[in-house]
Amino acid sequence: MISPTSLPDSHGHFGAFGGMFVPETLMYALRELAAEYERAKVDPAFHAELNRLLKEYVGRPTPLYHAERWSEILGGARIYLKREDLLHTGAHKINNALGQILLAMRLGKKRIIAETGAGQHGVATATVAARFGCDCVIYMGAEDMRRQALNVARMRFLGAEVRAVTAGQATLKEAVNEAMRDWVTNVRSTHYILGSALGSHPFPMIVRDFHRIIGVEAREQIIAREGRLPDHLVACVGGGSNAIGLFHTFLEDASVKMTGVEAGGEGISEGKHAARFQGGKLGVLQGTKTMLLADRDGQIQLTHSVSAGLDYAAVGPEHAYYMSEGRIQYTYATDAEALDAFQTLARIEGIIPALETAHGLAEVKKLAPTLSKDQIIIANLSGRGDKDVAEAARHIFKEDLKF
Amino acid sequence: MTNRIDAAFSRLQASGKKAFVAYVCAGDPTLDRTVEVVRALEQSGVDIIELGLPFSDPLADGVVNQMAAGRALAAGATMGGVLDLVRHIREESQIPIVLFTYLNPVYAWGFTKFHADAAAAGADGVLLLDLPPDEDGLNAELTTEGAALRRIRLIAPTTPAERMREIAAKSEGFIYYISREGVTGVQQTLATNIAEQVAQIKAGGSTVPVCVGFGISTPEQSHDVALAADGVVVGSAIVRIVEQHGHAPDLAQKLIAFVKPLVDAAKI
Repeated sequence: MISPTSLPDSHGHFGAFGGMFVPETLMYALRELAAEYERAKVDPAFHAELNRLLKEYVGRPTPLYHAERWSEILGGARIYLKREDLLHTGAHKINNALGQILLAMRLGKKRIIAETGAGQHGVATATVAARFGCDCVIYMGAEDMRRQALNVARMRFLGAEVRAVTAGQATLKEAVNEAMRDWVTNVRSTHYILGSALGSHPFPMIVRDFHRIIGVEAREQIIAREGRLPDHLVACVGGGSNAIGLFHTFLEDASVKMTGVEAGGEGISEGKHAARFQGGKLGVLQGTKTMLLADRDGQIQLTHSVSAGLDYAAVGPEHAYYMSEGRIQYTYATDAEALDAFQTLARIEGIIPALETAHGLAEVKKLAPTLSKDQIIIANLSGRGDKDVAEAARHIFKEDLKF
Repeated sequence: MTNRIDAAFSRLQASGKKAFVAYVCAGDPTLDRTVEVVRALEQSGVDIIELGLPFSDPLADGVVNQMAAGRALAAGATMGGVLDLVRHIREESQIPIVLFTYLNPVYAWGFTKFHADAAAAGADGVLLLDLPPDEDGLNAELTTEGAALRRIRLIAPTTPAERMREIAAKSEGFIYYISREGVTGVQQTLATNIAEQVAQIKAGGSTVPVCVGFGISTPEQSHDVALAADGVVVGSAIVRIVEQHGHAPDLAQKLIAFVKPLVDAAKI
């Protein structure tokens, strides 16, 4: 395994994955962004502003919460939850949105665009765009706008224009296509705040770095609390930003096992899931070479997940690399398992998680009982479930809530 | 055998003429009809065909080409089918053919195998929209060793001057200069600095012809671009004719009526 701190290489490759597979029009903007990021990385003023805003505006550090009741009921490992759900806007996404808008300011770009699936990244982007006085356009699949209506309203309150994307299956992948088309057209004035550890270099690196604080804090917190490193880390993986944020700091600690949980949807058959490591193959989509769901002819397949944020055909290239190296294990949770974990956490711990997050919790539910009581799991509670209330009610109570 | 693209430019340059390159999506509305479409384009005086190999996620394309790809895929266009189509065209025509697509369908077929199979079928060049020269040599599986296909490269208005020359030095067949920032599609007005940009691309000493496209739809625009560059590329405007008349018995006549004036305007 290549040292995690030296990845990606200068070309944006994580071993055989990653890279810059974009139309020529975007190459200049991507190179400009990468260069500006390298300058910002060594600029103490950049870090000072980022850290001040993370503390005062976003609400970092987030607590590491010992889920005692749940741990006891499952009867195995001690479960800790990294409470990213308590951040401003309700999910980890704002770590990256804030970092990237500071980069956009340095680049002198005052128009911000983003794609969103569940709407959490869209809300985070609309929030920082408002905070920095930028014009903001969010691309969102029409189907996702239906199932995440609350977040659509939030983005509009924040002054963003939410543009519905009706192509294809009208979910996250189509929203990324449309955001890329906007960026190709308005590249000189516009910064694209990509929301996951996906797409062309330098995005997977930048997004990871801005979320890395999740693991950095968790590491300090668990050592302070338990005097040692955790045995297992668990996080859901759509593009994989919250997972790589939690995992990255621990990659060189061989004793720490890691599991990424993809969306198993209605089960692993074509078009019914979004688990790229179950039957996916190597390919190139939306700027990066990674594991993806495509047919024999390379056409991207339909995906399904109850959670809009995991409903995407490709996984972040860094995850593909650590999968190929065997450093991170990947499994999946079905819609039903995620909905069950969603209910469980609400009733046992009084925390309503996002449906994306619930996929990771479903794995915790399976894993914890297999471990002894002196073992420790940290799960990333990447977002809260307010946005999912209507969708979850539809599935759990069989009711259509109207807001 | 001399590559058909190279031969076409030699012939054109010898007679002081500019090239006219037409893009259509293979399989729109069906692969059989594309044979007729290509025949009509050749009859209109088109010099080179860019044959789009449809992809489910064409992120550099505007809505006209997206819908064409959608129609082609819905009608069952596959890589194998498009290669058969090229063979079929070759039974009656020697017009140069560039396969224009995104990387993933090519990747799925096998990158090296695609280059061999496409050349064997009778294609002359390939243009992969999302494979910039930056990735050359960085991906073991993306090798084209010994391939007879000309690799057409893109240059954009955002491409810095030094990078323009680097890309030009690596280009084969012709360079496709994207005359404006944006996705493919018809534009009301053309960029004004095309001649300047073409001169800049050639400043490094590259002798590869420069063709200019993105947004051209009228004889006036075709004429203006032909004055500034070695060739004119028209795509979406032609795709729109196929969209409107794809199933009509007089599709060929409709295409010729639209395309011939564009070609004539470029033949200055």
